[in-house]
Amino acid sequence: MGKYFKYIIKRLLFAILILFGVSVILYVLIRVSPNDAFADLIKTSHANSSDEELEQLLYDSLNPYGLYDKSFWGIIQGYFIWLGKFLTGDMGISYAYGKRPVSEVIGQYMWTSFGISFASLIIEMIIAIPLGIKCAVNQYGKLDYAATVLCMVGIAFPSFFLGNILIKWFAVDLGWFETGGLNSVGGGGFIDTLWHLVLPMFVLVVLNIGGLMRYTRTNTLEVLNADYIRTARAKGLSEGKVVYKHVFRNTMIPLVTQLTFTLPGLFGGAMITEQVFNLPGIGNIAYQGLFRGDIFLSMGYNMFLAVLTVIGVLLADIMYAVVDPRVKLTA
Amino acid sequence: MKEKKVKENLTEELAPETQANTAVETDVVAAEVAVETQVETVAAETATQETATETTATEEDIHGENLHDKVKVLSPGATVAKRFFRSKLSVIGLVTIILLFLFSFAGPLFSPWAANGGTVLDTNPDLIKEILATKPVSYTVDGVTYEALAVSARLPSVVKLGDISASHWMGTDVLGYDVLTRLMYGGRISLTIGFVVVILETIIGVIMGSLAGYFGKWVDSLIMRIVDVLSCIPSLPIMLILYSVFYNIKDVSKLYYMMMVLCLIGWVGTARLVRGQILSLREQEFMLAAKASGLSTASKMFKHLLPNVIPQLIVSMTLGLGNIILMEATLGFLGIGAPADTPTWGNLINLANEATYRQYYPNLWVGAGICITLAILAFNFVGDGLRDAFDPKMKR
Repeated sequence: MGKYFKYIIKRLLFAILILFGVSVILYVLIRVSPNDAFADLIKTSHANSSDEELEQLLYDSLNPYGLYDKSFWGIIQGYFIWLGKFLTGDMGISYAYGKRPVSEVIGQYMWTSFGISFASLIIEMIIAIPLGIKCAVNQYGKLDYAATVLCMVGIAFPSFFLGNILIKWFAVDLGWFETGGLNSVGGGGFIDTLWHLVLPMFVLVVLNIGGLMRYTRTNTLEVLNADYIRTARAKGLSEGKVVYKHVFRNTMIPLVTQLTFTLPGLFGGAMITEQVFNLPGIGNIAYQGLFRGDIFLSMGYNMFLAVLTVIGVLLADIMYAVVDPRVKLTA
Repeated sequence: MKEKKVKENLTEELAPETQANTAVETDVVAAEVAVETQVETVAAETATQETATETTATEEDIHGENLHDKVKVLSPGATVAKRFFRSKLSVIGLVTIILLFLFSFAGPLFSPWAANGGTVLDTNPDLIKEILATKPVSYTVDGVTYEALAVSARLPSVVKLGDISASHWMGTDVLGYDVLTRLMYGGRISLTIGFVVVILETIIGVIMGSLAGYFGKWVDSLIMRIVDVLSCIPSLPIMLILYSVFYNIKDVSKLYYMMMVLCLIGWVGTARLVRGQILSLREQEFMLAAKASGLSTASKMFKHLLPNVIPQLIVSMTLGLGNIILMEATLGFLGIGAPADTPTWGNLINLANEATYRQYYPNLWVGAGICITLAILAFNFVGDGLRDAFDPKMKR
């Protein structure tokens, strides 16, 4: 266990280094941007204030986080003030969402996104993994050909185009589904919400299923060429046993690690799909906030995503070592 | 029938050989024929012991055909091209790309609604002519008196949100522009941006990747840490931050700046690819030979290492093109890319955000959506086809 421990510690240190780099880049981007978008945002809630009052408001909201002083030293000092606040969990105040702390806003809307993304991920896995294995076993068969082409079409469809077409045809023209938010006006309940989620989940599944299927297919093909599969066949095992016992289990190794990379998508939300269907997920909230110049939410959300990505990579490395004992632990 | 089969066998056997080898073998066979047709000698004995294949070949030679003409030796480039064109999907992709390019770059030349670099409004010509009143006026500027005619006319009325008609195959948009022509101009911007960004990304990626892979040690660790950091930055949210960075730029150059920053983040994939390839190539015998010949570092890198990475680079560039086009479209859809009146595919599909246009004017945005999807699909098809064509292990 000592070996694992040392490895994990080393990876953790690297992760912190990476996050430090990301935070510097984000901070620089925020600082080189003019405060105009943020000023416009503040103006909307203080319509009757004079210019001096607005400048004072801007100062009051930005200076505690070191984001006001535009001089060279001010920018450098500001980073450490901001970093200090960030490390204690204070990501600033979201002016676009009722002047609440950013962490509270993220925490609130994150779970809607998680629910939708998680359900779609399960559906994707149920369809894509068996299909991918089947395609690999019957490589270049009719099913393989059809599935590959369909997957590529799915990958190529931009989510906003697919989403809008679905809304037009299925929600409005045919009236089969409800869209826009999680509940109808005056309605409510689980069934109603589910009815609203059919189309967005369909979009998410169509978009991501292709990648997962092709990944499964490629990995299965690799496993099928391995020596131990030939041995299994030589022993006279039935084809079903070879595929579902020997191939399937070994295919799962890269798949499990691949799934950890979906972490940012799971918690970070699907920005465009949520925006198209106007769902109150973190992706849509962040988009609205970023678009309106809520710089605290921008910083917070981007750091949140970066942390998720780093954790995803870290988990993938650790999982890989745990699932496959042949992997050497070299950081 | 038998002859044909044998010929195939021969072709398969000889194909990997070089042209010179083939020629030599043909000569040998010819010599044996000469011996065989004469009285039996020791040499003829050995000739008859040869395989059936060669005997048939010799028979053919007697009929005056040269084996040389039958064995086709393909250069590596031709082999790749042959494999590429054998796949239906790649050909479909390539044709689609060519059609999209023709549509965007040649299309406006045939459109009556295209004007010098932009589209023109459809105005009702009868109304412009309707002059309400004219009045002669005279005014003096710098001591010179000008005689003029003041004309008051009805303002031209713009055909806004026109239906699909013979003159507007896809109708007119909110401002009265011809949608089809906008779509063509949009393709120009979207496709050009795709190519420029991918080429820039690849240049940066190749330089960084080969530096890291070739020099190793601290150069490698430094570059790879930068790669790690950049690959953790989420590309879409960062675009939203860039939107506020370039908040005050109100013309199309904003899109170019954003795409430039995208290049500065997007090279990491290429760098990883190049580094990985170079790390494995560096250990191979031909590099040892290059080192033993005393070649300079630059020559080793640009003449011996990088050409071996080019196949993978071409594949990743082709697949990357689709992604960049999608990114531009996404920016346009979210309304954070080029200003709204610039025709890009993304900006055209932006109208789908509004329920009225989405529901009642699908002609405004569906075309752009189809173009984007086709472009991404085509680039993916071609990229996949190229990958298979370049891979010598692929049997199909």
